[in-house]
Amino acid sequence: MIGVGALVAAAAVAPTLPSYPLTLLTQVAIMAILAMSLDILLGYTGLPSLGHAAYFGTAAYAVGILATERQAGFLTCLVAGVLLATAAAALFGLVAIRATGTYFLMITLALGMVVWGLAFRWVSLTKGDNGIAGVPRPDLALPWSLAAPLPFFYFALVAAALAWAALGTLARSPFGLTLQGIRESETRMRALGYDVWLHKYLAFVISGGFAGFAGVLWAWYNGFVSPVDVQLVTSVETLLMVALGGPGTLAGPALGAAVIVFLKNFVSVYTKRWLLILGAVYIGVILFAPRGVLGALRAPRR
Amino acid sequence: MTAEFWVTQTFNGLSYGALLFLLASGLSLIFGVMRVVNLAHGSYFMLGGYVGLSVIWRTGSYVLALVAGALALALVGIAMERLFLRRLSGQTLGQVLMTVGFALIFQDLALLIWGGDPYSIRPPSMLAGVVTAGPGRFPVYRIFIVVVAVVVGAALWLALDRTRVGAMIRAAVDDPEMAQGIGIRVPRISLGIFALGAALAAFGGVVGAGFLGVYPGLDFEILPYAFVVVIVGGLGSLPGAMVGSLLVGLLDNFGKALFPELSYFTLFAPMALILALKPTGLFGRV
Repeated sequence: MIGVGALVAAAAVAPTLPSYPLTLLTQVAIMAILAMSLDILLGYTGLPSLGHAAYFGTAAYAVGILATERQAGFLTCLVAGVLLATAAAALFGLVAIRATGTYFLMITLALGMVVWGLAFRWVSLTKGDNGIAGVPRPDLALPWSLAAPLPFFYFALVAAALAWAALGTLARSPFGLTLQGIRESETRMRALGYDVWLHKYLAFVISGGFAGFAGVLWAWYNGFVSPVDVQLVTSVETLLMVALGGPGTLAGPALGAAVIVFLKNFVSVYTKRWLLILGAVYIGVILFAPRGVLGALRAPRR
Repeated sequence: MTAEFWVTQTFNGLSYGALLFLLASGLSLIFGVMRVVNLAHGSYFMLGGYVGLSVIWRTGSYVLALVAGALALALVGIAMERLFLRRLSGQTLGQVLMTVGFALIFQDLALLIWGGDPYSIRPPSMLAGVVTAGPGRFPVYRIFIVVVAVVVGAALWLALDRTRVGAMIRAAVDDPEMAQGIGIRVPRISLGIFALGAALAAFGGVVGAGFLGVYPGLDFEILPYAFVVVIVGGLGSLPGAMVGSLLVGLLDNFGKALFPELSYFTLFAPMALILALKPTGLFGRV
């Protein structure tokens, strides 16, 4: 309910906002999709992925390359981006899902670095460190051009609402409940006859697909794709959004995304030392956030 | 592909692996004892290099730079472990986010103190120059790194395998609860290992500043290498860190030389393969 209220409120006030806060809200909508997609893994399945930017970035690069070099339109970019991200997750999941706990964390980190390495070094495809600039926004043949901030905000908002509805349905479905069962006790679920590996694997792939959806929107929003979009810090920031908002709820990560996006942008306006402050936020969240926020992921003590 | 190419690249890979061993052995030990995934480990490496740099500027002494870098970061490690990480035992996600927070803070502080320019530590003249032997040319400094890593590795191995404290550490790695139960002070061992790991990384940072240089962003650039070493070798295993470092050093060097565009891929793909076959790494047991 609160989520619906927030969506409606955002849609209602948007036309009155100047363009800067509006672009920040757009950013929030996109990052909320990314954070919610990670929450399917982290909050619902109990798998802390440290490489989520890989799928986000894969899709963003797909759009960047297709839109600039092939002048690909809306549907091509969207489908190619999401499919590539899903395929990457399907491939990486085969390696990652075998591991549990800390090993899962480190393996997803390293796999994320594979994608970062390709983005950084495969210069003929990705333009390396320079990134791909001038990614055009799609033409939906609507009366409003998405190049303007307000229509693009509504576009991103609708996308976020769709992703939220889809992930919410997933989380409440028998499949989603099984994931939560796995989070609580893998051995019990296995004893009950569930294919734990398959459920975790599917969660991983679905999560990667939605991260890709966010990546597609990001490429259009930003008009620029670079290794920053796939780097470790982006993955960790997504984790922070989820941990801050509350893993295991979808509204939580969306809220976390909003807090982090606004914080990052406002702090960097007032001071050059925003990394310092962001670092303090990380530490503060862990020290002072209620234990319930992190409770879902407390690793079992040996 | 001449003989010279193979000899030179193999040697470069070995010496890079030796440097990685200094960095990764600490990360592996820290994980082994405390189950902490320390994302600030690359920051210790970078800060060590910067502290060494400042000491060289002031005193001109390379040896002093090595000692000061290691000691300074050992203190940082002790403070981090005692004041922050100890509260989070068992909370993997919390540890990850907290150590990232520290890494960001360290990055910004380094930028504030040392600025954004890249620097390099010039090794003492004793270690400058190149040795030519057969088809290969071997920079003395890289030979020095290999020697240092071998000495450090041997010392660590002797300490872990042949001393009473080493036995206590191994017990704490194998089963912290049981070790605590039979009277080993695991928290104290954790603190010591954390300080040692930070010091080793910083020591590596000073050594590495001689040929990688030290610059903003080095922390997050070197960190994945340390992770790959530890993942490939197996968490908490010293032999694993040795073998992993060599493998990663060689893979990275040949990857960069033979397939420059795919160089990170040639590093990470074999890692994924090893994991697919043996999820705990080559020497890991947990």
